[in-house]
Amino acid sequence: MDKGRAEKKYCLGIESTADDFGVGIASFEGEILANIIDAYVPPEGGIHPREAARHHADVAGKVVEKALKKAEIKLEDITLIAFSQGPGLGPCLRTGATVARALASYLHVPLVGVNHCVAHIEIGRLTTGARDPLTLYVSGGNTIVAAFDSGRYRVFGETLDIALGNCLDVFAREAGLRPKTGKPLGAIVEELAGKGKVFVSLPYTVKGMDLSFSGLLTAAINMLGKGVSLEDLCYSLQETAFSMVTEVTERALAHTEKREVLLTGGVAANKRLQEMVKFIAEEHDAKFCVVPSEFAIDNGAMIAWAGVLAFTHGITTPIEESFVKLRWRLEEVEVPWMK
Amino acid sequence: MDEVNQWRLIKKGAEAWLYLANWHGRKVVIKKRLPKHYRTPKLDERIRTYRTVHEPQLMHEAKRAGVPTPIIYLVDVKEAMIVMEFIEGDQVKKLLDLISQEERDRLCYDIGELIGKLHKNGIIHGDLTTSNMIRTADGKIFFIDFGLGEKIDEVEAKGVDLHLMKRALQSTHFKFADECFNAVIRGYSSVLDRETVEEVLEKIKEIERRGRYVIERKEARSSF
Repeated sequence: MDKGRAEKKYCLGIESTADDFGVGIASFEGEILANIIDAYVPPEGGIHPREAARHHADVAGKVVEKALKKAEIKLEDITLIAFSQGPGLGPCLRTGATVARALASYLHVPLVGVNHCVAHIEIGRLTTGARDPLTLYVSGGNTIVAAFDSGRYRVFGETLDIALGNCLDVFAREAGLRPKTGKPLGAIVEELAGKGKVFVSLPYTVKGMDLSFSGLLTAAINMLGKGVSLEDLCYSLQETAFSMVTEVTERALAHTEKREVLLTGGVAANKRLQEMVKFIAEEHDAKFCVVPSEFAIDNGAMIAWAGVLAFTHGITTPIEESFVKLRWRLEEVEVPWMK
Repeated sequence: MDEVNQWRLIKKGAEAWLYLANWHGRKVVIKKRLPKHYRTPKLDERIRTYRTVHEPQLMHEAKRAGVPTPIIYLVDVKEAMIVMEFIEGDQVKKLLDLISQEERDRLCYDIGELIGKLHKNGIIHGDLTTSNMIRTADGKIFFIDFGLGEKIDEVEAKGVDLHLMKRALQSTHFKFADECFNAVIRGYSSVLDRETVEEVLEKIKEIERRGRYVIERKEARSSF
């Protein structure tokens, strides 16, 4: 154990909003020392919140240990505990919050509750060097276009029903596709789409800067097994859905006149989506930034880093106020570190 | 394209480029939907054609419903281009931050009244933001940019439309979003019958509880 390190300050962050249980460790200077993710893989279908929460409780101790080992520090070196306080699935959030409270009490260190969406933006800024970006955050649970203005991240556009990642996942499951280890459903759809050649018309629904994917999903599912190849259907679904989010991002970019576009969330790993968003960023002379995938999916490092930012700007969460907030919206959160 | 000259680019919007030009001695705005190279050509053509055809139709219907919109002079579907009247005035987006509370209240009330007239006639604007409204010197409020609009007489569509207005106020005019939206609703209520208004307001609440707000939707997610 190196002595210089022991004097530094570290934050341990716990992420448990949905199917991933993640523990990350960040120094107060912004180095990410560990980022361990243990994903709950349902035997079939989507996530059952209680089952996922049980998984989180089972692996919590092990994941914390792994993270400390990876960071090469001891539990006693942790000076701050951060956890994702919302938004997310109740049982999953509560499991993470319980672990966080226990650790903070045991170590006698401050606790800070972090907004999951804020954390996605902050880790994106940290890892890509973006300063004040327009963010497109696309995952299984969220589809949000947001940018900073007057103390908060304002939401300019979002889905009116299901999230982009959810749309792709549900379609994939309906098509009989199954995730493989190291290859989520989204990646399988992307691979099939790459082989598609014929574009078939599907509902394209943009309302102002908001989006709707449910009609598109239903139409795509209804076309399964009706003479269109799965490759062409994946291709058409991706093209339509990604064009929708890209159009909305471009609108928000024109509206906010930001100089950077940050792409994050689980769907950010999709190369075709990256290509489309990069295209509009460049057209508006904005820098395109994409978050590396280990930090784009739900992870503990982003919670740790957002915790550091909050704590160093005077924000802590007393245990009696550390209840989880299932519907905590991005624009409700003050972000004093962005001036 | 006869007699359209002196083109001057005035705005590179996300969806279309706007030019100021001269058409038979009139000052006109030309809205041209340029190809979007990020999307596949077939989808691109479908979107541009659809919007170029539907936007003038809706503007015409809006005018019949008593909502000021620019006069359409020419539609060129092949070029995805619309030539329309130039409206001299102030964009509500800029105006809203400069006027007194009283004036703001009046302006938002009037906007609500106009939205009410659209909805009463089954017209959905589709992109109700303060950037898409212009107030002229004589106090008329013009609605522009019907590109995302549709003709549909459903509570759901009306709810989403008004919800977009609310969201636009919250993201761009957050200092007085609530008072503005309340005024919009008062104006809206003056046009439509009470039952419809209540249905639409209830729908807005439902939309806010849906998907993105009700994060429990995450239950259905898996790999991301």
